[in-house]
Amino acid sequence: MSTGTMTAGTMTTATMTTGTLPLVEQFAAGLQAPICLTWELTYACNLSCVHCLSSSGRRDPRELSTAECQAVIDELQRMQVFYVNIGGGEPTVRPDFWNLLDYATGHDVGVKFSTNGVKITPEIARRLAGHDYVDVQISLDGATAEVNDAVRGRGSYDTALRAMASLAGAGFAGFKISVVMTRQNVGQLDAFKAIADRFGAQLRITRLRPSGRGADVWDQLHPTAGQQRELYDWLVAHGQDVLTGDSFFHLSGYGSALPGLNLCGAGRVVCLIDPVGDVYACPFAIHPSFLAGNVRGPGGFGAVWQQSELFADLRRPQSGGACTSCSAYDACRGGCMAAKFFTGLPLDGPDPECVKGYGEQALAAAVAAPSPRPSPDHSHRTGPRVPGPPGSGTQPAAGRGPVPLTLSSRPPAPAGPPVTACNPDPLAGFLPPGR
Amino acid sequence: MPETFDLDMPWQLAAQVQVRPERFGALLYHFGTRQLSFLKSPALHAVVTSLAAQPTARAACAAAGVPPQDLPGYARALGTLAASQMICRREGA
Repeated sequence: MSTGTMTAGTMTTATMTTGTLPLVEQFAAGLQAPICLTWELTYACNLSCVHCLSSSGRRDPRELSTAECQAVIDELQRMQVFYVNIGGGEPTVRPDFWNLLDYATGHDVGVKFSTNGVKITPEIARRLAGHDYVDVQISLDGATAEVNDAVRGRGSYDTALRAMASLAGAGFAGFKISVVMTRQNVGQLDAFKAIADRFGAQLRITRLRPSGRGADVWDQLHPTAGQQRELYDWLVAHGQDVLTGDSFFHLSGYGSALPGLNLCGAGRVVCLIDPVGDVYACPFAIHPSFLAGNVRGPGGFGAVWQQSELFADLRRPQSGGACTSCSAYDACRGGCMAAKFFTGLPLDGPDPECVKGYGEQALAAAVAAPSPRPSPDHSHRTGPRVPGPPGSGTQPAAGRGPVPLTLSSRPPAPAGPPVTACNPDPLAGFLPPGR
Repeated sequence: MPETFDLDMPWQLAAQVQVRPERFGALLYHFGTRQLSFLKSPALHAVVTSLAAQPTARAACAAAGVPPQDLPGYARALGTLAASQMICRREGA
């Protein structure tokens, strides 16, 4: 799953003006089009990662068709959305994925896609290496199979490493290795960097969010306060070589701001298009509360981006609430909206992983009220059994349980089905009276 | 800044760069280097997009109504864009 990276490379600012608002304030007020658009092409996935932030597994039958995806790409080209981060689910399991990739890059929309590597054969890797405007991001959540497979499922480490070897072998330099930081893998940061160096790849680390199935495992997987400090110090030391999708800005409260945009970009510079065309404020906020519209509606994606009331709200000056008086507020800006929402904290209060410890206090005070449940859920109902966190044994994939079914009579056939001369049905074209 | 920007040479947007106008100025994207750059004023946007049509960068600034006392600031901004390959020297002009 991809996260919202602010930049495909680095960001520079050419400025000679004085007295204008800082860029971060300009961004907070929203842009003509997103800078960073995540597009999840399918909820289908061969894996059942315990922390999947889109609760992926099963394909949604309402998924955008190839033609609808192409229409979205046409619109992104018109809006000058220069590149998209494609994820899922596992986007490469869509049979039209490679065609959509070519279609996007042929229409001035560069693509970075996230994959677990399942379809990255040596042949596909050679094809990708020949693409100027395609970047690939392989997900890996442990520097060892033991740590990785506990979260992503048995065999997923080998799959990812095989894909990396294919890309490196095809001469694809600088592909990304994307790691979600957890309690189990913070100590492996140097080992991740070594893997990236071995394959000529670039390491990208992002924050674990309590979104999707991540809500179920956040308590066990999110880094401890001590590990957060370790992570911050590591980023300060290695920040130049490592991408973060600007996802650790809540750690800036420790001291100097980390490189990148220290701002929640949800609905301002960032948004998500999900597989059925729903537009959410950010990839970590798949919930009706952050649903802005659907690309199938009148005006398409552009109308949602420019006219949705939710996005207009997000672009108004935000209140820092209880955080405003904190010395770290200018650095962390209150942290991540989705992390607060899915842990049941108020959006104008501290981040659950607030470096000053206010988040832990707020969480302790908020235990009485149930946190909002992420939705929708496309988890495999009978997923492969995945090993739990080290020491906990095996546990069933998330999303198991009673399957609610609604029984109804078959819907009436369309009023006027075409009746052809060769229809052998003796009742062809006959409609019983009273229909 | 690696070197001083030469206002008296012909310049142009790099071939792989696209410009998206924004309220604050414009957003530049280089499809080759995958870099984003932000032009923090509409006037700088006007200068950058008219470079190719003007004999020199100085002429582009004048055409966009940049007062002479502001030229050093514009030269610095254009120098940043040149260093990140967003704009390049126009050959054969």
